Amino acid sequence: MLPAGIRWPDISFRWLALLAAVTIGVLIALVGWELYQGSRMAIGQFGPRFLVSSTWNPVTDQYGAWPFIYGTLVSSAIALIIAVPLGVATALYLTELAPMRIRQPVIMVVEMLAAVPSVIFGLWGIFVLIPWLRDHLFVWLKTTLGFLPLFQGPIYGVSMLAGGIVVAIMILPIITSVSREILRSVPNLQREAAYALGATHWEVMRIAVLSYAKRGLFGASVLGLGRALGETMAVTMVIGNRPEVSASLFAPGYTLASVIANEFTEATTDLYLSSLFELGLVLLAVTILVNVIAQLMLRSLAGSGTGKIN
Amino acid sequence: MADLSPPKPIAAGPPAGASSAVPRIPPSIAGGEMEVAFDIAGFSLWYGANQALFDVDIRIPTRAVTAIIGPSGCGKSTFLRALNRMHELTPGTRIAGRLRLFGEDLYAAAIDPVVVRRRVGMVFQKSNPFPTMSIADNVLVGLRLNGVSDRAFLRDRLEASLRMAALWDEVKDHLSRPGISLSGGQQQRLCIARALAVQPEVLLMDEPCSALDPIATAKIEELINELRASFTVIIVTHNMQQAARVSNRTAFFYLGKLVEYDQTRTIFMNPSNSQTEAYVAGRFG
Repeated sequence: MLPAGIRWPDISFRWLALLAAVTIGVLIALVGWELYQGSRMAIGQFGPRFLVSSTWNPVTDQYGAWPFIYGTLVSSAIALIIAVPLGVATALYLTELAPMRIRQPVIMVVEMLAAVPSVIFGLWGIFVLIPWLRDHLFVWLKTTLGFLPLFQGPIYGVSMLAGGIVVAIMILPIITSVSREILRSVPNLQREAAYALGATHWEVMRIAVLSYAKRGLFGASVLGLGRALGETMAVTMVIGNRPEVSASLFAPGYTLASVIANEFTEATTDLYLSSLFELGLVLLAVTILVNVIAQLMLRSLAGSGTGKIN
Repeated sequence: MADLSPPKPIAAGPPAGASSAVPRIPPSIAGGEMEVAFDIAGFSLWYGANQALFDVDIRIPTRAVTAIIGPSGCGKSTFLRALNRMHELTPGTRIAGRLRLFGEDLYAAAIDPVVVRRRVGMVFQKSNPFPTMSIADNVLVGLRLNGVSDRAFLRDRLEASLRMAALWDEVKDHLSRPGISLSGGQQQRLCIARALAVQPEVLLMDEPCSALDPIATAKIEELINELRASFTVIIVTHNMQQAARVSNRTAFFYLGKLVEYDQTRTIFMNPSNSQTEAYVAGRFG
């Protein structure tokens, strides 16, 4: 046994670290508890029907969360579909292909993208992106892919698709930089193994780099998804804010985060306020649920980048 | 193309055990005549401003094992990697001189390094199977890259390659297990099978046993002895006993220069250069 004078930093640091770890759990629990307290009236009034009802009518005091859940999930899915390939491709370019002298400048630009405030993206979305989408991309989508229900109906500009695109831009930096770290951690010996078999550059990326890194890249996408689910300001400015469920991506939508931000100040009745609290609770639950599912998928994903390699 | 039929049963006689006290010097190539695989003259190589190889002249025989020895930093690995243009993966390298394989200039403008590496296979210091692939997929990945999809052919080649790498009997019942589930020595033999499956003309080995225990080392050395019959093997090694055990010819590199190159027996018993003598006697390096 060492004298206490030598052991105390060891002991106190252990407790300090434990305290820090516990604080995170306590914070999440407290947030959940507060949200539950705030939403008790709505839960008592509507029960589980709240989750599936599509009515959101402050005038008649009828509230349902389904359009917001749908909008959150769909806009996040669009964002992932756009941002994951783009982010992973950028990371591949930066780790495998780009000449050394341009890597650092590109990395800086990507990180600057993360530093741009959300509201700026929203303004850019309203004044630049939406007019362009309305006049060009959406028209083109409608004429070429109009047979799909996704691309039918009137074009307003503000829409689920616009929201998804803006969120994609916002989650691109984190997906790119995490993917880049993952790809950089692939041992060079793996690349050389493929090169020595006469693999081309692309084949090396496919058999040695991407397959080795796929678990990590999936993790990067989940981090991006976490951001996308909670993204508020920019989405609110471009998604149209109409609580409707429509198959068309051209139709306006609404997300959980947007409606809370938008309507909190004008919630005139207690039930209205309580319903907004319940939306917050639902957002927390959806976020946790999506992350848990992602963790389970990650566990079942064959092949491990962190497996035993001698 | 090398013959890739399953090897004949291991020849009688004591295996090249790593623990044998007296190095067993293999028979040299009969006579002075040899068929040349690599014909290299005035070959120099630079990493940026640093010259790593100086005017190397060497003719490496086919169907024989050539060992490359020398102290750390002498350029032996660099030389090996120049033989299949792997050094080009390091940016800023440049070469001068002539490097021919069976009369063909491997550095000619029209030759793609990808093609060179399909002809000149390589095994690395540390085993590096692809962790997401099964044993079978690891062996066959090179063939699949070449667009081979005929299942019967792939199955034959899988067995032949694993037999050549002396791994078949150990893995034949669980070919679908991950390649990284094998032991270190088995993984290295898996990597040899992977390199052999594409039927290269030459097999380069960069200290293939340096991460292995003596028993696994003995197996690999035995395997190199088997490969001699049908392949050109060039092995870089730190271990002089190993060079003496497995090679027909030995090249001694020092400070980026080829100091001496001769039959292995001569290099170890009667070297003509005093530096070679000092190195093989263990006086430096």
